[in-house]
Amino acid sequence: MKQKFDIIESTCVPLPVDNVDTDQIIPARFLKATTREEKFFGNNLFCDWRYDREGKPKAGFVLNDSRFGGCILVAGENFGSGSSREHAAWAIAGYGFRVVIAKSFADIHKNNELNNFVLPVQASAAFVDELQAGIAADPSLKVRVDLPAQTVTNLVTGRTETFDIMPYKKYCLMNALDDIDFMLANKSKIESYEKSKC
Amino acid sequence: MNTLFDKIWDAHIVDKPEGGPDQVYIDRLYCHEVTSPQAFDGLRARGIKCLRPERIFCMPDHNTPTHDQDKPITEPLSKTQVDTLERNAREFGLTYYGMMSPDNGIIHVVGPEKGLSLPGMTIVCGDSHTSTHGAMGAVAFGIGTSEVEMVMASQCILQKKPKSMSIRVEGELGPGVTAKDLALYLMMKLTTSGATGYFIEYRGSTVRSLSMEGRLTLSNLSIEMGARGGFIAPDETTFEYLKGREYAPKGEEWDKAVAFWRTLKSGDDAVFDREVVFDAADIKPMITYGTNPGMGMPIDGTIPAGTAQKALDYMDFKAGECLLGHKVDYVFLGACTNGRIEDFRAFASIAAGRRKAPGVTAWLVPGSWMVKRQIEAEGLDKVLEAAGFEIRQPGCSACLAMNDDKIPAGKYAVSTSNRNFEGRQGPGSRTMLASPLTAAAAAVTGVVTDPREFL
Repeated sequence: MKQKFDIIESTCVPLPVDNVDTDQIIPARFLKATTREEKFFGNNLFCDWRYDREGKPKAGFVLNDSRFGGCILVAGENFGSGSSREHAAWAIAGYGFRVVIAKSFADIHKNNELNNFVLPVQASAAFVDELQAGIAADPSLKVRVDLPAQTVTNLVTGRTETFDIMPYKKYCLMNALDDIDFMLANKSKIESYEKSKC
Repeated sequence: MNTLFDKIWDAHIVDKPEGGPDQVYIDRLYCHEVTSPQAFDGLRARGIKCLRPERIFCMPDHNTPTHDQDKPITEPLSKTQVDTLERNAREFGLTYYGMMSPDNGIIHVVGPEKGLSLPGMTIVCGDSHTSTHGAMGAVAFGIGTSEVEMVMASQCILQKKPKSMSIRVEGELGPGVTAKDLALYLMMKLTTSGATGYFIEYRGSTVRSLSMEGRLTLSNLSIEMGARGGFIAPDETTFEYLKGREYAPKGEEWDKAVAFWRTLKSGDDAVFDREVVFDAADIKPMITYGTNPGMGMPIDGTIPAGTAQKALDYMDFKAGECLLGHKVDYVFLGACTNGRIEDFRAFASIAAGRRKAPGVTAWLVPGSWMVKRQIEAEGLDKVLEAAGFEIRQPGCSACLAMNDDKIPAGKYAVSTSNRNFEGRQGPGSRTMLASPLTAAAAAVTGVVTDPREFL
């Protein structure tokens, strides 16, 4: 959903698993929708980890654990690998997450998050490991994500790091603009490129 | 610097906005039914059309059943999604190869075989396996649905230029070792995130000696190493494959095109951001034991100590276990990875004169109608039928189980597809990825078998 992003302070949902692929984030059987209903995808986020075959919540999965909540998901290495399905980003946004903090992201999924106004924050292993341990010990731990300053801060330990984001994408997020708005304003350059190739 | 990737990418730059990603012109956009409907809705909401409809090709492949395609799809959601693509293609004036059209098939099989994917092109699709088209010497990569909409609207994409990586493989592949084994070996060595942020150029004598089908398999799996894409510089093998194909240039245009395509190679002074080298002699037939494609090993190897317990629990395997002789319930030959004619020839080479093992359910799914026609023209269908196998109708099928072809929970499948993620082939399914030869060896024995026993 297009929304302006600046500073977020929130508790976190810990998911200390590496190589979380987009088939886990949203299984293929939910890709048959022809509309972009984030609520539908959000309700099925991590479906096969979250519910058993009868549709009952599985005890032990973090989204079913009432101690944890907030709009920041904290993952491990290589988050969002595999399929390019943007439905994974819709599910994350639809569930209510606005930030995903991970040690690293798969490329396509990272773009998909940005295009859905979810901020992927790549932090060091030391930062993420400390944060995971901190959340496990105290689920009320809060993190502050400051997009204008490009910093992420563990508000319990005070550990802070800067993160990378392309200036253009930062501008888009802070102003709730998408790529197509930009491209449509650039049509004359597209046409002159095409002429040059004829 | 001066890599083939640089040459193709830089030749497609429309604009370099300050502090932003490159605006890259896209020569070809492919659309399937799963990742496009919301993009078409976006265009309608903005009240705009596709800027260059002639550059966009649509076909359903993920939801299509692999039997009775002449009848309406019975599953209502699948039917709606396929019908929606057709309606959108008509409304926006795009080429559409519908179910039962002789041109239909998996988008990544159809593009190359129709000559739609050509050397030097930029190609995108809302599908991570778009990297397949890199085999033609094109820069091809998967994108999300918002990006599909962007390309429909502007024929361009905003994208940060990936770094370049050279994967050089030298030497001859051993008997029974295929392009699929090479790719599984690279994934084992590099892991599923080893090439994140990079575009791969596959080089070296091993790569040069691969057939076009083998190159398509290798390029297809680039994404499983985390790469945006992977490609192979075009050469005589490429030109020979393309000549005479429907959308390939003809006559004088062909000669001009080939002359240009011959220039598409990395300079002798090319500098890659990362270079790795492997020896083909080290590669054996491969199989995966875990829940990502990087969790592979030589078929006669043992599951490494230290393998993630979550993956072992899911597969019901143990560290130290050898998979040879392990029961196999399902065999799947097909997908954009291994659904081409050469894959069926390989499978048939082992199945010929033997019988499908009792207790094995085998799904042999050609990647396109063109592949199916070729199978029939070569008589492979008769060979396979005599061995107890049935050739189904084309589509993505059990690779991601969006149609009826689902591996049941707890069952073991040897699959020639590309992903062994939890639940990928159906909730609870257990996938072992392997080559068509290894799949055939499993199909006739009912257990994981080294295909070299049949050579």
